[in-house]
Parts: sequence; C-alpha cells; structure tokens
Amino acid sequence: MKLHTISINNLKRRKSRMAFLTIGLMVGIATIVTLVTLTRSMSRDIEAKMDEFGANILITPQSNGLAMNYGGISLGGVTFDQREIRERDLERIRTIANHQNISAVSPKVVGGITVNNHGVLLVGVNFESELRMKQWWKVFGSEPKSEHDLLLGTDAAKVLNVLPGDHLTIKGEQFTVTGVLDQTGSQDDALVFAPLAKAQKLLGKEGKITLAEVAALCSGCPIGDMVSQIAEKLPDARVSAIQQVVEGRLKALNQFKRFSYAMAGVVVFIGSLIVFVTMMGSVNERTTEIGVFRAIGFRRSHIMRIILLEAALVSLLAGLLGYAAGMGGAGFALPFMAESKNAKLLWDGWVAGGSITLALVLGLLASLYPALHASKMDPTEALRAL
Amino acid sequence: MSLIKLTNLTKQYASGDEIVEALRGVDIAIEPGEFITIMGQSGSGKSTLLSVLGGMNHPTSGEVEMAGVKLYHLPGEKLADFRAHNLGFVFQSFHLIPYLTAMENVMLPLAIAKMATKAKKSAAGQALERVGLGGKFDRLPNQLSGGEQERVAIARAIVNNPHILLADEPTGNLDSRTSDGVMALFRELNGAGQTVVMVTHNPDNGRHADRTIHLKDGVVVDV
Repeated sequence: MKLHTISINNLKRRKSRMAFLTIGLMVGIATIVTLVTLTRSMSRDIEAKMDEFGANILITPQSNGLAMNYGGISLGGVTFDQREIRERDLERIRTIANHQNISAVSPKVVGGITVNNHGVLLVGVNFESELRMKQWWKVFGSEPKSEHDLLLGTDAAKVLNVLPGDHLTIKGEQFTVTGVLDQTGSQDDALVFAPLAKAQKLLGKEGKITLAEVAALCSGCPIGDMVSQIAEKLPDARVSAIQQVVEGRLKALNQFKRFSYAMAGVVVFIGSLIVFVTMMGSVNERTTEIGVFRAIGFRRSHIMRIILLEAALVSLLAGLLGYAAGMGGAGFALPFMAESKNAKLLWDGWVAGGSITLALVLGLLASLYPALHASKMDPTEALRAL
Repeated sequence: MSLIKLTNLTKQYASGDEIVEALRGVDIAIEPGEFITIMGQSGSGKSTLLSVLGGMNHPTSGEVEMAGVKLYHLPGEKLADFRAHNLGFVFQSFHLIPYLTAMENVMLPLAIAKMATKAKKSAAGQALERVGLGGKFDRLPNQLSGGEQERVAIARAIVNNPHILLADEPTGNLDSRTSDGVMALFRELNGAGQTVVMVTHNPDNGRHADRTIHLKDGVVVDV
C-alpha cells in the first residue's frame, strides 16, 4: 500500500466521473493536435508546391516603355528602345550562384498571326517545361508531341471553331489541334500554343524569345537574390519576381493558423475548466475520506500528492487518447482542406510529446487548487461528519 | 508520569453571533494502559474533547500533553506525524475507504510509513487476525457486516501500534450483541497494554472501562 494505490483505486471506483474528465481534456488535446497537424501539413503541402512550381521569376526584354494595361484591358503602350533576348542567353541563367535553386526555365516567343481570318496570339513554348509549371492546366484531348501539334486556349478554340483532332493551316503549314485547355480565367484562354522552334520560325524570330519564366525551388530560397543574379547575367532583360500568389496562399494559411490557435486556446480553456470543476467536485465529495486521511496522520503534502497523482494519470490518458483522436481527425480533414490531393499527414514526435506534456500540465494546473483545497481541509470535519 | 495530561482546557466555537463554550477548564490525567470512557449527553463536549485529544482541534486555551510532548506546540506538519505514530482512531461510522479492501484499509496508516510493502502486508494481516477477520482480507467494506466493518476500523487503528487508541462511539451503529463483541475486543486490546480512550453515551460500555469521565456542558462533573 502506497499513496498511488489510493489514487489508482479511487480512479477505478469513480469510472464515469473519470471518463468524463478524460473526455473533457481529451477533446481539448485532440482539437489542438488536429489543428496543429492540419496547419503544419497544409504548410508543408504549399511548401512542396512552391518547390515544385517555384515562385516564378519573369524575364522580359528591357525597354523604356510603360505598360498600359490593367485588369486584362490593354490600351496599347509606348515602348521604345526595346531590346531582345536571345534563346542562347538563357543558358547563362544556369551559371548564377543560386543555380541549384532553379527547377525549370521556360522560354516563350509571342507574336500575332492570322488563322482562318482571325488574328490570334501565337505563343511558342517548350511544352514539357510549360506543362510541368502549369499543373492547373486541364487539357481536353492530348498534349502536343510533334512540331505540327497545337494546344489552344478555350476561347481561341471557340473563335476558330475547332475541337481536338481538327486541323488548322498557319502560313501554309497544316497543324493538328491535339488539345484544348479548360477555362483558366487567364489570358491563356485566348492563346494558341505551338512548339517553341516552330513558333519562332512562323513569327520570323528564330533564336529569339519574348519572355522566359524561371521556376525556382522556393522553400526558403532567396528569390530576391536570384532576381539580382539573373539580371546581372542578362543585362538586356528585365527580371522580376512573381510571388504574389504564393504569398497570398501563405497569408491565408497564416490567418487560418491564427484562427486555429485561437480556437485551440478556447477549447483548452474549456477543457481545463472541466478538469477544475470535476476535480473540485471530487474533492468536495471526499471530504470525510480526506478528513480520515488527515486524522490518521497524512500530511497536507500527502493529500496533494494523492489528488495530483489522480489528475496526472487522467491527464496522461487524455493526452494519449487526444493525440490519437487528433491525428485521426487531421487525417480525415486533410483531404478536404489541403489544396493538393497528395497532401500527406505530418507525423511529428514533437506534436506527440507536446500534446501529452500539455495534457499533463493543464490537468495538473487545473487540479492544483482542488488539491490545495483538499490539503487544507480540517480533519475535524471528518469527526463532525460522524 | 501520566501518558495524557489535559490542563485547564477550554474550547470555544463561534456559532453565528454567539460564542459556544464546548469545553470549560477541563483537567484530566490518563495513565498508560488505562481504559477510559468519556460519557455525557449530546452536546456535553465529549466529541470535542476527543478531537482535541486527537491533535485535530486546537484548544482555545490550556495544554494537551501526551507522552511528555505538548501537542499543540508542535510546528506545522509535525502534529500530523505525531498522530501517525502515536494515535489510532476508531470512528462511529467506521469510515472505511469504500474502494479499498479490508487489507488495504488496514494498511492505510502505513501508506506514508517507510516500510517495505511485504512488511506492511504482514502488519495489516496480523492486525486483521487479531480482530478475528483472518479470512476476509480481500473483502470490500460493502461486503462486510457492520460488526466486521467495525473490526476492520479497529485493525486500522492498531496496525501501527499507537500509544493511544481513541474511539468515538464505536458501538453507536451496532446492535447490542455485536457491540458486546466489539467492547470485548477493546478490553482485550487494553489487556495487552493498549491505552484506550472511548467516547460513548452507552452506560453498558462503561462497565468495560477502568474509569469513566462524565462531562456536562463542557465541564468534568465526575471521574
């Protein structure tokens, strides 16, 4: 017989009360684990995407002009002294100090042509890198494979009245429309995409490009530095970073994180309150018992140890169950909340250890006052109850 | 030298605006090995006297001296330690812990003692044997009769060989036949050298005692 025998036997006797206490704390811990794991898994997912797509760096010809378009409406522009980028210049991008952060370079040539009496914008791309960078594209039909294959934006396909498998003649050469893009809501909808070399030839811009997009491995990569390094290598080009989209997503995620933590805080507070009220009730119910303990010589510290040990055992169980339930909840919710279907649940030993520690700390803190209250009970209360 | 010496003991309670004098100048001396019963009507102060004797209720004035130790001069938790080592309590309603077996209830005072579990079990087993409950170690209190519960409570009170056994109406909840058995047990313990101080309002119990102290309105009226 030791003090812990009393604690354990009491827990066994008051099963329903202790189950209520465990569930109260467990729900708090499970909520925290779910929210923390969800936000961490989603952050990891977005970081993985950033690694995959990169925060695009845009390389355009240097000019002294001012763009005159806004919200997709172009009012023309004043461009003079525009320089050109040569395709072979792009090889210099691979020589920058942070070249290991470069995932892909996607050059493009852009020019207007007439197809079936319609003026359209032809964009020459390297389909392999373009499709890898724009994974949100949905292609009806198949991806272009040969130099006479075309990919059309949905609006362009409508205007030209073609479907996948149809043919188009451009400057006397016959091309096959292998695929049509699903509506993207961007300017891509109005474009006709052709293989880069063929487009350069059709536009009379062999060896030249209009712009290039660089996909950088971006999880913690120095985009600003990379922009400077590329600009140094390509003095005739204007190099700028496009980070708004990723930053926007991260900002939204951070807001979700803050909301999650606030929610978790409220749930934890309620959980602690449940522990406090239940332990207080348990102590009051055991007035006589505690009085007997004191009468037979138990010190105040012995009484506190009995109560706190009970709280610690319940909290430990709540922490373990809460972690398991929280991970289950996160696993269930992640597919609905993450942007990518391949988002993986993040198993982290720190979250496991942290949730159990948190449960213990909360359980003990919430039980501290009830334990103190119990230890200060006058043993004569027991006799008075006779 | 007396084992217990109460000198000019007073105890006052505040009850609303009134001050109730539960004990008024009580002087008692109890010798080692004595069997004392304290009798008196309800409200005479006998339970208050027992709680003061038990080191659980500070007197308003006066001294309580036990085995040469001035009880209420002991600092902090030393008083609890004194109770653990020197006093055994038997309560009227037994107050066994319902979720502990008879053996565990008897071992309760030893839970805070620095002893091996085996030694604790041995001491508790001997105490239970001594009160005639040898075969009921693993019974929970609700599986025992009233008389058996009383015996477990007595075993719990004597398991750590206290100098003094304090009992508050130990037969109050028992029928006369079981009461006789319990009183015989107290007599037997006393016969083995145990000092017993028992509060009772049953005059029959007084027959077993060496001496009876009568209390009336907080004053000793007859010894």
